[in-house]
Amino acid sequence: MGESLIANSLWRNIYCVLAGDSSVCADNGYSAGFLPADMAWLAFILTAAAIIGLWVNGILGGVIVLIWGERRLFGRFQSRTGPNRWGPWGTLTSVADAVKTMFKEDVVPKDADRILFNLAPIMIAAPALLVFSVIPFGIGTYVADLNVGVLFIMAITSLTTLAVLTAAWSSGNRIAILSALRSVALLISYEIPMALAVVGVIMLAGSMSLGDIIAAQGVPFILVQPLGFFVFFLAAMAEMARAPFDLTEAESELAAGYLNDYASMKFGLFFLAEFMAEISTSAIVTTLFLGGWRGFDPIPSHFWFGAKLIAVLFVIIWFRMTLPRLRVDQVLKFAWKGLFELTMINIVVTAILIAIWPQPTTGELWIMAAINWPVAIISIYLVSKLLGTPSYDKPQPDADAPVYPVASASIPASSVYSAESTTTSAPEGGN
Amino acid sequence: MAIKTQPVTVNLGPQHPSTHGVFRMRVMFDGEEIVDVEPIFGYLHRGSEKLAEERTYTQIVTLTDRMDYVSSMLNNHAYILTVEKLAGIEPSPRGVWLRMIASELQRIASHLVATGFLIQDLGALGTPLIYAMRERENILDLFEMICGARITNSYLRPGGVFMDAPEEFWPALDRGLDDIVRTIDDLETYLSGNEIIFSRTKGTAVLTPEQLINASITGPMLRASGVDWDLRHRAPYDYYDKVTFERILHTASDNYARYWVRVQEMRESVKIVKQCIEQIEPGPVRPSFDDVPRLIRPPAGDAYVGIEGSKGELGFYLVSDGGISPYRMHVRASSLINLTLLRDMLIGGQFGDLFVTFGSVDLNMGEVDR
Repeated sequence: MGESLIANSLWRNIYCVLAGDSSVCADNGYSAGFLPADMAWLAFILTAAAIIGLWVNGILGGVIVLIWGERRLFGRFQSRTGPNRWGPWGTLTSVADAVKTMFKEDVVPKDADRILFNLAPIMIAAPALLVFSVIPFGIGTYVADLNVGVLFIMAITSLTTLAVLTAAWSSGNRIAILSALRSVALLISYEIPMALAVVGVIMLAGSMSLGDIIAAQGVPFILVQPLGFFVFFLAAMAEMARAPFDLTEAESELAAGYLNDYASMKFGLFFLAEFMAEISTSAIVTTLFLGGWRGFDPIPSHFWFGAKLIAVLFVIIWFRMTLPRLRVDQVLKFAWKGLFELTMINIVVTAILIAIWPQPTTGELWIMAAINWPVAIISIYLVSKLLGTPSYDKPQPDADAPVYPVASASIPASSVYSAESTTTSAPEGGN
Repeated sequence: MAIKTQPVTVNLGPQHPSTHGVFRMRVMFDGEEIVDVEPIFGYLHRGSEKLAEERTYTQIVTLTDRMDYVSSMLNNHAYILTVEKLAGIEPSPRGVWLRMIASELQRIASHLVATGFLIQDLGALGTPLIYAMRERENILDLFEMICGARITNSYLRPGGVFMDAPEEFWPALDRGLDDIVRTIDDLETYLSGNEIIFSRTKGTAVLTPEQLINASITGPMLRASGVDWDLRHRAPYDYYDKVTFERILHTASDNYARYWVRVQEMRESVKIVKQCIEQIEPGPVRPSFDDVPRLIRPPAGDAYVGIEGSKGELGFYLVSDGGISPYRMHVRASSLINLTLLRDMLIGGQFGDLFVTFGSVDLNMGEVDR
């Protein structure tokens, strides 16, 4: 047990209850544990297993709650009730759905590459879970505080696209391939603005560790880095392929895209991964820009984190409910011509401010916020003017437009309706 | 280095979430660009026109309901006008006003469906669609009050309608019209200025008026290109010459213009219904059975009447041999004819626009295949 792990309260609490006799725990005021002092290695393994179990099940439970909450919210947005039959307020609907999904027939298409086809759901679920390992859910509540935490998140979230491509390729379905190619295009385009948007945060915090970034947020970075937040949030939405960037699963175009041939729990894993990505994106946004678990006493830090997480989730769901989908070329144009420029402006401005105040205090952060907001508003306005579709003029028929025969007065209007009924000799047969 | 690519043929439909029924397209893609489209339809063919040869003239009304099932009243209307012309029936004024009210309400309902599904095809996950469908429900409730049916109304009869509207229908109609205007305002506020809808629909699938006229396309598609052709105005049937309304024209002839024309036409329909309410007078809703018997035997001959349906000119052609059922019936189905230019609209466009264009044509497979 290294010092860094003991600093993690989650680790410390489980480990020291098991192995309280060890010297590291004794230093922290723990007394006798369940296991003898010479079995600290067993305590270490058990602690790791417990934390993995806690994390995975907690996240899956969170997904179940999120699916229910999202469907209830959909109902509210669409002026209907949403799921309300099974359990109080329909809370058990997702549980019933999960059970149903598991018992469905597992269909594998004849042309599928079976190995890759079975591998893809695992490939998508594993990175979705891994992201959560670096996120601090409260004071000291994290699996690992990597000193390259932000980089780790960037790397892990990109793996999702590999799984999508694998799934599409192994299905042997052309619609799925189209969907996967869109997914790759989205990844390549949005990874860059997303990474560049975080640069401002990293410069302010002076570290890539999520713990340090939270510690640096005397003022939430959404106020200090409005442009960075704007770009990061949109790029993250695109990265997890949510509306209005849900090109990979574009229901009205590609049916279900790369998911077309998946059934049963393999489909279920993709579905879980999608919602896990939603939670992890919200958690990352919360950590990087909303101050993470920071709040004020006496409300505990975990509650603060949860409240901010739910607020971000709500905005994501709101987007999804409201906006139509963009076309592929427009989505890519938006990334390269819009978000990329905005991140560049943000980096330059932040770099200048950091040069003036290398170690910003809370007061200096407020001054930075006061400078950054006008910059953000002006640059977003300019980019929207450059990229936006000009509004229609009030459509009026052009006076100089050519007059078509149908619209001219030379044909009497009555000629259509009152054409004389021609009486012909009755055809043979009939009734 | 140029990457060697090969067009891919993809089959879309007949089971696809966005084909508005059972429509099938074999589409050839080069990347995201559409190279070729082959529409295949006929999956919903029920032989309505052939069936009509075995039904009496009144029974055929129920067949017309099932052709374009989101605008049954208009189908009834076109068919009944043809029968009246064929048999020389003089309709009762109150029945005519009632069927005009029913037709205009149906036009609003049909345009709401078209608008809602267009936005759904644009990728909005159901919210605008449900707002539009909620308003359509109110209209269907009104239909339920006047004829007891919601979708397959069979409300019209030769010479008028089969029963008068109940007392409580009129206040409900007033409330309903206010609700409709409010919903249209909502739709316009949320959608007509939306940047994503703008960028998705503006300038896509543009057709020239010449192309449209040559393909004999009518309805909102034609008016979106600036051609002033509305049968309610050009060739007024029933009492459309006694009501005033603005003809909605747009010049862009793209997907947005078609959407815009439909939304504005709903407002005009509301105006027409209001004028109908003002002018309607008490009286019989159809001629007595002495004048128009239940079993009509029109003289031998033929007749064609086209009305301004929700999707274009909706015409019925009936040939009578003097018997109790028509010798032959043919429907000028606007949905089918509006499909004529589908290839011209789609080829060269993006895959993402395929179903948007499809939605902006506003077709109904029940009417295409009949």
